[in-house]
Amino acid sequence: MEGTEEKTASNPMNVDVEMPRQRPKERVKNFKEVALGYTEEMAIQEARRCMQCKNPPCIKGCPVDVPIPSFIDCILQGKYAEGIAVIKTKNSLPAVCGRVCPQEGQCQMNCVRGKKGDPVNIGRLERFLADWEREHGAQIPERTPSTGKKIAVIGGGPAGLTAAADLVKMGHAVTLFEALHVAGGVLSYGIPEFRLPKDIVQKEIEYVQKLGVDLRLGNLIGRIHTIPELMEQGYHAIFISSGAGLPQWTGCPGENLGGIYSANEFLIRVNLMKAYNFPEQDTPIRIGKHVVVIGGGNVAMDCARISMRLGAKVCLNYRRSRTELPARREEIENAEEEGLMCNFLNAPAEFYGDEKGWVRSMRCTCMELTESDEKGRQGVKPIACSDFEVDADTIIVAIGQTPNPIIQRTTAGLKTDPRNGTIIVDEDGRTNLDGVFAGGDVATGAATVISAMGAGKRAAKAMHEYLMNEGPRGERPSTGN
Amino acid sequence: MYRIVSKERLAHKQTLFEVEAPEIAAKAQPGQFLIVIPTEGGERVPLTICDYEADKGTVSFAFHEVGKTTKELGTFEKGDRLFNVTGPLGNPSQIGKYGRVLCVGGGIMIAPVLLQAKAMKAAGNHVTTVLGSRSEEFLFMREKAASLSDEVHLATDDGSVGEKGLEFLTDLLKKERFDRCVVMGPVVMMKMVSEITRPFNLPTIVSLTPIMIDGMGMCGVCRVTVGGNMLFGCVDGPEFDGHLTNFDELIKRQRTMLPEERLSSILWENKGRCKCGRN
Repeated sequence: MEGTEEKTASNPMNVDVEMPRQRPKERVKNFKEVALGYTEEMAIQEARRCMQCKNPPCIKGCPVDVPIPSFIDCILQGKYAEGIAVIKTKNSLPAVCGRVCPQEGQCQMNCVRGKKGDPVNIGRLERFLADWEREHGAQIPERTPSTGKKIAVIGGGPAGLTAAADLVKMGHAVTLFEALHVAGGVLSYGIPEFRLPKDIVQKEIEYVQKLGVDLRLGNLIGRIHTIPELMEQGYHAIFISSGAGLPQWTGCPGENLGGIYSANEFLIRVNLMKAYNFPEQDTPIRIGKHVVVIGGGNVAMDCARISMRLGAKVCLNYRRSRTELPARREEIENAEEEGLMCNFLNAPAEFYGDEKGWVRSMRCTCMELTESDEKGRQGVKPIACSDFEVDADTIIVAIGQTPNPIIQRTTAGLKTDPRNGTIIVDEDGRTNLDGVFAGGDVATGAATVISAMGAGKRAAKAMHEYLMNEGPRGERPSTGN
Repeated sequence: MYRIVSKERLAHKQTLFEVEAPEIAAKAQPGQFLIVIPTEGGERVPLTICDYEADKGTVSFAFHEVGKTTKELGTFEKGDRLFNVTGPLGNPSQIGKYGRVLCVGGGIMIAPVLLQAKAMKAAGNHVTTVLGSRSEEFLFMREKAASLSDEVHLATDDGSVGEKGLEFLTDLLKKERFDRCVVMGPVVMMKMVSEITRPFNLPTIVSLTPIMIDGMGMCGVCRVTVGGNMLFGCVDGPEFDGHLTNFDELIKRQRTMLPEERLSSILWENKGRCKCGRN
């Protein structure tokens, strides 16, 4: 890492404790978790680096306000059960967050230690406690007396699980509707096993169920029940967290050839349906020798790293330069260590297939960077007469997702953004319909696990206030406060 | 839930299940489909709804044993439970009073096309139903078709009963005027019928059965080109205008996982009686 030497020389407390990881040459041959986690000694050593700031800036960077110094202190004292309890006051999915949160841009970005060296590795410590708890059995908090209110939460991903857990802890009766046969949303279908083992996700979901959430699998809201029907069935409030599952496409000719996958299809086959175990598992995946992944986000990195594990040579084609890659730095480094090649500043133009309709190559156009747009995003434009062709027998399109349209299409009057189909909400997740809240990717477009959890938390709080302070539907005070 | 209430052998390797699923039964409409997962770890298989009874809380679907999963499904008996059934998925058929409606069902899709015939009849249409299959032994539900339709025609590939092939449809269309045609069957057959109806400008609705995984708009494997646009079989369909559908592309896409499907199927068939000497 850049600048590490200087930091080491000045003060060893400025250097974080490395987390053991599988070696690249080995891990690229298996689907086991790459990062192996801290031992107790490592965790205590890292916990010692926390300065226990009186006014901790790290908490300000956490979308769900985890009392960070307080749980780190518990580690120092060896009070692991208390430590995990502290985290769970705010975060019901610590084993997930400890693994996939972009801590470097959140809590750890604000850490005072980070000014002179490595910030305290908050994520690794959170993971340590969560893993400790899983090995020692989770404590279930006592049930809050019932408020008599019924809530429907739609979508069992990070936003929905968080909202459901918070609401049930407040004493509401919560039914969580999940369209797939497994809950977890992107945690189950999207993030690969080697970054987030699925048995850990299942344990977190079981915890949420043990809190009292009634989980209904295989229920696609919008089809089996619509939002107005749920209202009629007596749900006092509804939280829509149906995610951003609809894949975006390049629009280039030949995109419907065999061997061209959306990132979602690829991920669902491999992660949810465990196609890497085919034929032991029934769902197959077909992958060639030369895979091109189009895109540059975390999803693209996941697809690339899976492809390498399935035995392919993988090239990432991204239309901007390395500097603009939106994926987490750590993921890019992991992928490159495992053998990912990158081809920057080019965009797909056309896909060519063989006589059987399977992709064999693609034509790309070189791009150049232009001025940034008003959002500060680097612009790009094609360079004339710069097209080139590359061989590829598998292509994975990982250029983003928009919300699934089924609920929006079946809920009359629900306000959505016509450009991308996101549900329009205020900062607490209120939609324009009384009693209907929304949050997570369905409201923001594709984002991170923790930001979805933050949205779930804020909405849960707002829903609680709505249910406890305001009158029944139709008698809501005009101020809305 | 998802208990099999009745199992009916329609023909060799073709089966109809009636399954307990009250919530689905309460909402199901003609044209929609289910995603069925027979056992944990199994595939998500899209199957068209053949019937539903809201009062009884059951929904029916039929399948033809072709691959591993459908073969496994065929071993389920009355009283057994399926791991998961999700539905109703897809958009319901447009059922209206069109006048004279031609319903064409091929192979296993005879079962769901009769639900169309029933709904079209109930909406006040004159319904002509065509049942098509390889040979006589695969032509099931003939009496049911007769009871639901004003006219029934039979067609087989080998001519063992009824008309030989579907060419007779051209003569039928020359003789009689129709206002709408609904086709459910193998892709090749739906393509053929669409080509037959095209010169007559007969609006032709086909129920596409692309490969699907989630069935709710996420994976995009079921994408089809209709009128030059990329649409998803699961959320935009499953029914589309047969005259605008790119069937050739669909046929190629159907075949993309054939080697894997064959392997899976062979392993299933050889389970427990492998002769390779290694087991």
